[in-house]
Amino acid sequence: MSKFRKKDKGDLPAISTASLPDIVFMLLFFFMVATVMRDSSLMIENSLPSADQVEKLKKDRTVFIYGGKPSAQFKQFGTEPRIQFNDAFIGVEDVQSSVLQAISELNEDLQSKVVVGLKVDKNTNAGLVSDIKQELRKANALKVMYIANTKAQN
Amino acid sequence: MAKRAAPEVNAGSMADIAFLLLIFFLVTTTIEKDKGLLRSLPPIDDSQVEPPIIKQKNLFTVLINRNNQLLVEEEQMDISDLRQAAIDFLDNGGSTNAAGESCTYCQGKGLADSSDHPDKAIISMKHDRETSYEQYMDVQNELVAAYNFLREREAARLYRKYYPNADKVFTAMLEEKEKNQYSKDEVLNERIETVKKLFPMKLSEAEPDKN
Repeated sequence: MSKFRKKDKGDLPAISTASLPDIVFMLLFFFMVATVMRDSSLMIENSLPSADQVEKLKKDRTVFIYGGKPSAQFKQFGTEPRIQFNDAFIGVEDVQSSVLQAISELNEDLQSKVVVGLKVDKNTNAGLVSDIKQELRKANALKVMYIANTKAQN
Repeated sequence: MAKRAAPEVNAGSMADIAFLLLIFFLVTTTIEKDKGLLRSLPPIDDSQVEPPIIKQKNLFTVLINRNNQLLVEEEQMDISDLRQAAIDFLDNGGSTNAAGESCTYCQGKGLADSSDHPDKAIISMKHDRETSYEQYMDVQNELVAAYNFLREREAARLYRKYYPNADKVFTAMLEEKEKNQYSKDEVLNERIETVKKLFPMKLSEAEPDKN
């Protein structure tokens, strides 16, 4: 008469699924935290031109400038192409100060490597772009990247 | 009224709900990666130095008018021919560079009225204020493509043995540099610089006229 009776064979306990929600929630939180939502809403039309000789952009050292016609909700700003920086329209003369401020907010060791990303609508005049470039030269932010969609290489 | 024990809430469907949310976030989020043409602007130069005289034959002028038409070397051209024209110009190797070396790696025709040496060859582009940005980007893209084509060719000639399976040697080298950006590889950097120096990118942009 032993106290330690052998357990019956073939009586597997059901695997508890109670921790499954926890695991899934963990994944959920990971994705919620890891994904970055658009931080500035575009007030302009922005269909980018396409190019095939593209390079990747390093996001951590980039300042974006948008350009294009005001989109349908912002008709009151007219139909001439405008420059958008962060969340507001700015004039050409403000580009320099805005860019300098954005650069000063960057991580210090990246400040010298800053790249200005130009997201300009393809139906804009190139004149607007050259105005922006003149201002960037004054701000001494000399690396620019014309953001483009990737075209299949031919 | 008799007190009844509250029935236990079944938590079995919790996982389903969480999965639903998870799938929603997975589908809606796009981790976007921006790509584009990287170019450097010239710094503002206030010094009153006389610009050096550049021989006409070393200059490849590209003009874009307000109707998005191209004028290349005084002749109207279609954008589809621009890349080849630029390659022919850069690769011409008609004479010697400033140090008196002739271009041994050029495969061009060596015409007397085209560029002397890739070191001297300058592409100059000018556009109108009314030119569309799309056309401007197309032209930039073709000109950059011309340089990339030649660099790719030279990289394949010099370093093919290190990248036997790569489709494009220069691209493979740049990718390797990108991958090891935290551990500098001097040999690789030197090779990339060598290729770049064979065809230095001298692409100048003139300011459009204000009228």
